[in-house]
Amino acid sequence: MSTQATTVTSTGSSTRAALSTRVPVFNMSVGALISRAILLFIVIIWTVPTFGLLISSFRNPDALSTSGWWTALSTSQDNIQGRTATAADQVETDDGYVISGAVLDDNSSEQVVSFGGGFLPGEITDYQPGTPVELEDGTSFTLNADGTYAYTSAEPFELERGNRFFFVVSRPPTFSLDNYTEVLQAAGFGQSFINTVTVAVPSTIIPIAIAAFAAYAFSWMEFPGRRIMFYIVVGLIVVPLQMALIPLIRIYNSVGIAQTYPGIWLAHTGFGLPLAIFLLRNYIGGLPRELIESAKIDGASHFQTFIRLVLPLSVPALAAFAIFQFLWVWNDLLVALVFLGKLPDQIVMTARIRELIGSRGEDWEILTSSAFISIAVPLLVFFSLQRYFVRGLLAGSVKGG
Amino acid sequence: MEQIQQLVNAGLFIVVGVGALVLYYFGSNFLLDRLLADQVAPDGTVTQGRTVQREAIRPWLFVGPALLLLGVFLVFPVVQTIGLSFFNARGNEFIGLSNYIWAFQDPKFLESVRNNILWLIFVPLLSTILGLLIAVLADRVRWGTIAKSLIFMPMAISFVGASVIWRFVYDYRGVGETQIGLLNAVVQALGGEAQAWIILQPWNNFFLMIILVWIQTGFAMVLMSAALRGVPEETLEAARIDGANEIQIFIQIMVPQVMTTIVVVWTTITIVVLKVFDIVLAMTNGQYSTQVLANYMYDWMFRGGGDFGRGSMIAVVIMVAVIPIMIWNIRRFQQEEEMR
Repeated sequence: MSTQATTVTSTGSSTRAALSTRVPVFNMSVGALISRAILLFIVIIWTVPTFGLLISSFRNPDALSTSGWWTALSTSQDNIQGRTATAADQVETDDGYVISGAVLDDNSSEQVVSFGGGFLPGEITDYQPGTPVELEDGTSFTLNADGTYAYTSAEPFELERGNRFFFVVSRPPTFSLDNYTEVLQAAGFGQSFINTVTVAVPSTIIPIAIAAFAAYAFSWMEFPGRRIMFYIVVGLIVVPLQMALIPLIRIYNSVGIAQTYPGIWLAHTGFGLPLAIFLLRNYIGGLPRELIESAKIDGASHFQTFIRLVLPLSVPALAAFAIFQFLWVWNDLLVALVFLGKLPDQIVMTARIRELIGSRGEDWEILTSSAFISIAVPLLVFFSLQRYFVRGLLAGSVKGG
Repeated sequence: MEQIQQLVNAGLFIVVGVGALVLYYFGSNFLLDRLLADQVAPDGTVTQGRTVQREAIRPWLFVGPALLLLGVFLVFPVVQTIGLSFFNARGNEFIGLSNYIWAFQDPKFLESVRNNILWLIFVPLLSTILGLLIAVLADRVRWGTIAKSLIFMPMAISFVGASVIWRFVYDYRGVGETQIGLLNAVVQALGGEAQAWIILQPWNNFFLMIILVWIQTGFAMVLMSAALRGVPEETLEAARIDGANEIQIFIQIMVPQVMTTIVVVWTTITIVVLKVFDIVLAMTNGQYSTQVLANYMYDWMFRGGGDFGRGSMIAVVIMVAVIPIMIWNIRRFQQEEEMR
């Protein structure tokens, strides 16, 4: 680059070239380069944990518990201890006596890389598979790549316990859906998925209908206390659920809807209403006054105006709230723990995962795949409807979680 | 078969529920129009009084169901919880301030308050700063939209799901074993020693906080990004001509312009933090000095058949912390209304 600058000294452009601090390769300033690097770094930190979970959920349990997920694509190696069969298994052949067997499964994708140590001389890495190892007592041992071995001797063996040896296996990367089938069937997670759907869908639809009518009334109808009541709704948006749980448990127990689906549907409806009314009122109240007035002049009642005019126009706001409420209900743990039972027919996915963390906290094949099943639907909703979600977020940013 | 039955039931509830709502809204409005129909006198004059009556009643038909549900599920319980906090475990004997006095001598409660304060400082601070930083950086690159989308993604993930994701990052195997947790692998690669992060006091609190920061930064970023777009380009251009560098522009021009949004983000995340429950329950269940109020409240709500007095008392403490933000929100809303 410096050559360019010197060769064109006679032209005016040289001064500009000398003054700028551009990195020529990327054709951008150092500052821009640093800011891109920082952003990239943050993006990596933000996505890698989820990516690791996803990769791990497809790995086989052995590989998962002995090597990091970032090694999933490379072939991993493991040191294993083997033992020969005993004299009872020996067979007499023309060449003498043979004890044979296998240290790997028939259909295993694992391969022996090297062996040695134990009753054999040398270290675990000393012998290539297939090489016979001659021992001092005149016997000979061979371990093949597929895990079969032959232990031969001219004299009959007198082994009562098998001899110990060590070998290294290489494990090619394998990915399968086995963890998912196990979780969905054996661990009962399929039922929990259905329970979550059962909770989420009614709890999303019912509050929207109720909130839309209320939002219209708060926007376009006159009635005493309208202002005060709406301030109370705004205040209720941030009330911690903890403030409502104990009295509701008492009510539910006396009414007899504790640990029932209708009970939790009603609870989610009640808890979702303040934000729903607030969001929808912001939107419906923002519709042009002339529109509502002209409908009135045409002789439409408030009810007709709402159903025929306002509701169809409010679809974007309804969608925004629906996404919010759906994600909130789908992801909820607290309300489900309080209002639903812990038996298989009621336990939702979040509660189930929480139990799995307690009982099978080290079984990552179970945890990763069940966690991924529970977050797959929200991620799908999120990525396909992100625009509505953002719109709702911007309109309702007084809500906390 | 049972599962199908269950889904059918949920579907039926939707049909019945929505049907009942439709019936209610249509029916009540229809009845109102019928019962208080305009009376037209033989000479053609319409009695106005009935229209006025009718339109005075109609709003209540619209807001009625919402007010009823808000009353039953929020207003009444809040009032009763305050009352219950002065009662014993079964809620049948008034014991004055005993629950509150007990709390200030209970080490677990004090630990929860201390941890909640830590959460209240660090989570909103880190989320807001990171959100602002990302919003500024991402608006200048072509792949900014994708970057923002990826950073926003954790918002869709449940706290429990996020806990599993981060438990896996923090995973610790014994000394000498291959570490399968990402954090320990990085630490080892840098020459450090693997740690059991989740039980490493007092730092474990911060490892739990990081999970919430991971979730909330996307929220902060989206709001900041929208606010920054409102900063006039001419102002920035003028500053550049005056020789301000990008960092000066950021601190002296952008930040003051989006101050309101920063406060909104801060308070919203503060509310989330006060209610944080799932993460602590899933990660440690309050062990290893990581208890927080919301989880401790849940604990007492069910412990030994449930202590409603102490549970309510802890809920009230959380509520008291929320009230200033609640008032500020209502004020802010009031001002917005006046500007309409």
